[in-house]
Amino acid sequence: MAILVPMPQLGESVVEGTINRWLKKEGDPVEKLEPLLEVASEKVDTEIPAPASGVLLKILVPEGETVEAGTVIAIIGQPGEPLPTNIPKKVDLHAVGAHEITAEAPAEPAPAAEAQPPTEEKPDGKRRRRGPKVTPVVARMAAEYGIDLSKVKGTGKGGRVTKKDLEAYIKQMEAAKAAPPPTEELPPWEQPGSGQLFQPSKWEEEEQPPAVEKPKPAAPPPPPPAAPPSPPPAAGEEEVVVPLTRMRRAIAEHMSRSVLTSPRAATFMEADLSRVLAHREAHKAAFAERGVRLTLTPYFIMATIAGLKAVPEANAVFREDAIVLKKYYHIGMAVAVPDGLVVPVIRHADEYSLLGLARKVNEVAERARAGKLLPDELSGSTFSITNHGVFGSLFGLPIINQPNVGILGFGAIQKRVVVIEDAIAIRPMIYLSFVFDHRVLDGAAADKFLATVKKTLEEWEE
Amino acid sequence: MTIKTNLQAVRDTLMEIMERYDNVVVMGEDVGPRGGVFQATRGLYERFGPERVIDTPLAELSIVAVAIGMALNGYHPIAEIQFADFIFPAFNQIVNEAARYRYRSNGAWPVPMIIRAPYGGGVAGGLYHSQSVEAFFTHVPGLYVLAPSTPKDIVGLLRAAVQVPDPVLFFEHKRLYGLVKGEVPEEYYEIRLGEADIKRQGDDITVVAYGLALHEAIKAADKLSEQEGIEAEIIDLRSLVPLDLDTIYESLRKTSKILIVHEDNQTGGWGAEIAARIAEEMFDWLDAPVMRLGGPDVPAVPYAPPFEKWFLPTADKIEAKMRELAEY
Repeated sequence: MAILVPMPQLGESVVEGTINRWLKKEGDPVEKLEPLLEVASEKVDTEIPAPASGVLLKILVPEGETVEAGTVIAIIGQPGEPLPTNIPKKVDLHAVGAHEITAEAPAEPAPAAEAQPPTEEKPDGKRRRRGPKVTPVVARMAAEYGIDLSKVKGTGKGGRVTKKDLEAYIKQMEAAKAAPPPTEELPPWEQPGSGQLFQPSKWEEEEQPPAVEKPKPAAPPPPPPAAPPSPPPAAGEEEVVVPLTRMRRAIAEHMSRSVLTSPRAATFMEADLSRVLAHREAHKAAFAERGVRLTLTPYFIMATIAGLKAVPEANAVFREDAIVLKKYYHIGMAVAVPDGLVVPVIRHADEYSLLGLARKVNEVAERARAGKLLPDELSGSTFSITNHGVFGSLFGLPIINQPNVGILGFGAIQKRVVVIEDAIAIRPMIYLSFVFDHRVLDGAAADKFLATVKKTLEEWEE
Repeated sequence: MTIKTNLQAVRDTLMEIMERYDNVVVMGEDVGPRGGVFQATRGLYERFGPERVIDTPLAELSIVAVAIGMALNGYHPIAEIQFADFIFPAFNQIVNEAARYRYRSNGAWPVPMIIRAPYGGGVAGGLYHSQSVEAFFTHVPGLYVLAPSTPKDIVGLLRAAVQVPDPVLFFEHKRLYGLVKGEVPEEYYEIRLGEADIKRQGDDITVVAYGLALHEAIKAADKLSEQEGIEAEIIDLRSLVPLDLDTIYESLRKTSKILIVHEDNQTGGWGAEIAARIAEEMFDWLDAPVMRLGGPDVPAVPYAPPFEKWFLPTADKIEAKMRELAEY
């Protein structure tokens, strides 16, 4: 009996995946739940655990290929087991447990695996699993986590696997994975006044051709995952050719498409952050007691939403025949990650308190940097912001995250001398850079949006 | 905080409502000088006189019909049906007139009224003084159907019900009138129609109930917790229509196991609708079949005490069913 390994569905809206890397070769022994391969969808990489123990009999889909969810991509069996001849192309992902098939015409009968559940001959000749009942919630969870229920000890009626049994099993499984401890340190991109969004992060140094010739730095661990389909172009002595990573390719494609799509215009204002910083200072300790690091990003998001509410056209999508105003506020938040840039989306960002928003921002940013975002979290924004000031950038011309109408950049905070009612004062100031799609917004509306953001920040109260 | 019985809660709130709203009248059999057979209207006649506390003939059809007429003319009648068993002569008035008057007049003629009806068994009342009749009315759109089971809920829901411009059926379990005592906050509050209340927290199973069955379920849950460590979450519906499915679903997402208990006949009881909704909308969350425990399908609650006990959803029956669900 062989186990089919299907391409999993990595999110509700994600219907296909690309095989990044096989972590096992044909003939390698595999342990159940051991990482078997790495699958990529857009910007997120996911390790797929082996659904059963045995030997990787056959890889059906090579690295670099993209297939629909449910497509059978490999077969796991017992050592020496002949390959079945009746391998289906696709399987139903919602069926419970591992997908087993029996070889139709093996040269000699395959040795019966010990762990297989008892089977019985049905009158129609089909072999079917016999065993305790599976309830809807257990079936759903087993499918979601790719768990073979025959491996879970059941404590319910007649040995049935209950939801609790499964929850305990999943907990155990996840504990075994031993997640790295979260870093306590305030990430640089969250610190005001000392950073920039388009900062030269690792990928720029390592993956872009250097402007002046210099020896290529050591390859980053892990090696670039997806091998390009064609052999990399040959490099001359004085040039270094760095193949595009999938992330870089996606970023390049998005950026070019955005510029070709939206006629952009920009407007700038500056805001006095005295009150925001005072508020943050006053609440930092209380938030920390509740386990939440209070950064400026939640303030920026709240002020942005105030602007969007004042100018609904900024929270919209341009269609050929109409402008669709969105009544919900899904805010994309640019986060620098080791090999590029991602824009995770905080859905219904207007419904959070400052505490809730701060918690959400931290949580999403941490997962973004750990590469643990779900594919669904990277789409659906109605507006985006970027904290490009992290390493000192004052203004920016960020590129619109399509299909948004605009993107708002927050520069570095600097103490500056400002004139207030003919007096000279020192105030923490920030430049706001608003790049917008001129098809939808005109200057007056764009300035009204930006003025509202500015006013909200300057008059922050609670 | 004051400690009151369910009966005191009804009586005091009626008094308060009549003082607050001049257009409220109380009417029914023996509600006047006699103070009602359960004494729920005691003192009202002395305080508000025969014009606002009206003794009616033994004719439920006309009690409700007259109340509808008054409601259409600016009054807010609170009609008492002495025993819910006797509501059937008024069934046509409630279902064919009160429930749909507003609908058929395109909103022009609402019928603001409350029909109070003591229901349920456990009082050796026999076939004609023990019935649960709520499912006849939960079936009819246009009616609010409430069944609070604690003093606090009775006060809060009665205060809210008198502000609703539509007919409200207010069922009071008569066994609980003197049996249940509870705290009623001093400060004014109301309970929104359509909000269930979690009367006991738990992670293992969800139990939905109301009326006498609610209190029996809490007893059973406490015993199971103490003896076997099974923790049941008990949801008191309080309001049958509108039905608070959100609270039920939220609990079900936690426990994935649910039991619905009521004293009314199991077949076609309100629990049947709840079970059907769960099957339609929460199938993916179920870790056990949806279970129900309702009255057996016999024509009425029997008179003989052993048979009456056999009929009612007592704590030991609920406990057995809860255990079966937890162990599934």
